[in-house]
Amino acid sequence: MATTLPPVGQVTVISAAPPVPDQRRRGHPLRLVALTLGALMFLFPFYYMLIGSLQDEPDTTPAGALPNPGNLTAANYSDIDDRINLGRTILNSGIFTGGVLLGTVVFGVLAGYALARLHFRGRGLLFGFMLLVQVIPFQLMTIPLYVLIVRNYGLADSYLGMILPFAINSTAVFIFRQYFLQLPKELFEAAHVDGAGELTILLRIALPLVRPALLTAVLLTFIGPWNEFLWPFLITKDQDMQPLAVALANYISNVAARATNPYGALLAGACVLVAPVVVLFVAFQRHFVSTDIGSGVKG
Amino acid sequence: MFGRQPVGLAFVSPYVVFLVMIFAYPLGLAVWMSFHDYFFAAPGVAVDRPFVGFDNYTAVLGDPAVRRAFLNILIFLVINVPLTVVLSLILASALNAAIPFRTFFRVSFYVPYLTASVAVVGVWLFLFNSDGLVNKVLGPLAPEPSWLVNTGLAMPVVAIYVTWKQLGFFILLYLAALQNVPKELYEAAAVDGASRSRAFRSVTVPGVRPATTLVVLLATITGANLFTEPYLLTGGGGPNGTSTSPVLLMYQRGIEQGEPGVAAAIGMVLVIGVLAVSLVNRRLLERD
Repeated sequence: MATTLPPVGQVTVISAAPPVPDQRRRGHPLRLVALTLGALMFLFPFYYMLIGSLQDEPDTTPAGALPNPGNLTAANYSDIDDRINLGRTILNSGIFTGGVLLGTVVFGVLAGYALARLHFRGRGLLFGFMLLVQVIPFQLMTIPLYVLIVRNYGLADSYLGMILPFAINSTAVFIFRQYFLQLPKELFEAAHVDGAGELTILLRIALPLVRPALLTAVLLTFIGPWNEFLWPFLITKDQDMQPLAVALANYISNVAARATNPYGALLAGACVLVAPVVVLFVAFQRHFVSTDIGSGVKG
Repeated sequence: MFGRQPVGLAFVSPYVVFLVMIFAYPLGLAVWMSFHDYFFAAPGVAVDRPFVGFDNYTAVLGDPAVRRAFLNILIFLVINVPLTVVLSLILASALNAAIPFRTFFRVSFYVPYLTASVAVVGVWLFLFNSDGLVNKVLGPLAPEPSWLVNTGLAMPVVAIYVTWKQLGFFILLYLAALQNVPKELYEAAAVDGASRSRAFRSVTVPGVRPATTLVVLLATITGANLFTEPYLLTGGGGPNGTSTSPVLLMYQRGIEQGEPGVAAAIGMVLVIGVLAVSLVNRRLLERD
């Protein structure tokens, strides 16, 4: 395995096994090949989703993966709209997602701030609980939550019933806490000396400083309810109340049995469901950096 | 009595109420239900739900469908977890270096994780059905019966799908962990004449071990909660229940067939199983 070391100071252009993994070198070919192959595997299904949604006749031959002007149509979009009422289901998804975002931003910020900066009884306990919630998966709570919300509170087919289990995203609370913790202590001391109350400090001083965290948490929180399937699926039987993901899933499981050509419409629905998330992520991706998750890993 | 800044209690009270209502109470209810003959009744109607001891548990453990579901999830984890660890670490290390088009690569790796499984399952169905692109490309090599209706292949396809779907998140975790590996270690390895792959094995892998523990833990939990994929990708756990997951069974038993006590017992067994697997994993990973 031993390779001869180049003299110190010599710039390594290319060699079989460069001794120092130089962070500044512009891309080792093998690494680029691996990344490109990976990226292709990740992106191709999405590209194929779009192509498939635009095909007049489903073409599953390898040539069909390329756009064919003779086989293009937008009819699949109106077809899926006829079957699941895109406008209504998008509105339902929007209300569901909006409710969760509102709850998380208002109550989650308050909780995150208190956990980071205020000394009160039971803080350690609450922090431990918050971490525990993130390890216990939601699906295990499904049956008791169903009993509670649908059977006991009678909240089936309602937005409130959909929103409640997700109303405050614990991961977002955690991110808020980590960011509030990083703000310099002197800032808060100065505000206290000036006689500001905690709520004023939070709204006027702390919150404007953690705007990037707010954005990250909002993005992370957004994809939860927007993509969520199991819970809204359980509690909405009324088609007019179903979010897009649920309506689309019902369409998939109902037509999968009698498969003449359901794919065009199905993929059109899939594109509509995926598009907002992709657009938001691409627009804000530079805010969505690994350090946010890193703060979670390091505790 | 309430601490130095009791106003903090007011700030956290909505969150505390939320945790009690949505987390603590249902968790207790799940345990209670699993020991009772629980059935649905109209809201507000008082009904007798007798204590049945371990009846639900013996029913669950003696049920071949349940045992098959747990075996399926084991098959799933055996494929999914190692694949997730290896691929996400390799891709994260590649992404960590200075490379052109970095933003493009990052975005493309995260997109499957960010998008709805319901939508992405749609295109996988299109790709993997008996008449789909994958079989067309494979030609005579295509499996018979096709992927999703093949008793031996349905679960592995689900496992690979989930690996692919979740990989972006785990790449993110490893990228964060890689920032903590001291650069001096790579330099020292180079001085000692270690090759690049040797440095990867001797510096990177041990350096990110805490992250690996976390990745294994999270991948196991996500895997144990598999529902959407067998429900949609293999048409409700088919063929012949070879891709049924415990959570799918919980839904079928608890809500479709109206036996929430049995469903709660499946949930409890699943939690205990996940805890046991996680403890074993931790022992193995944090050894030496």
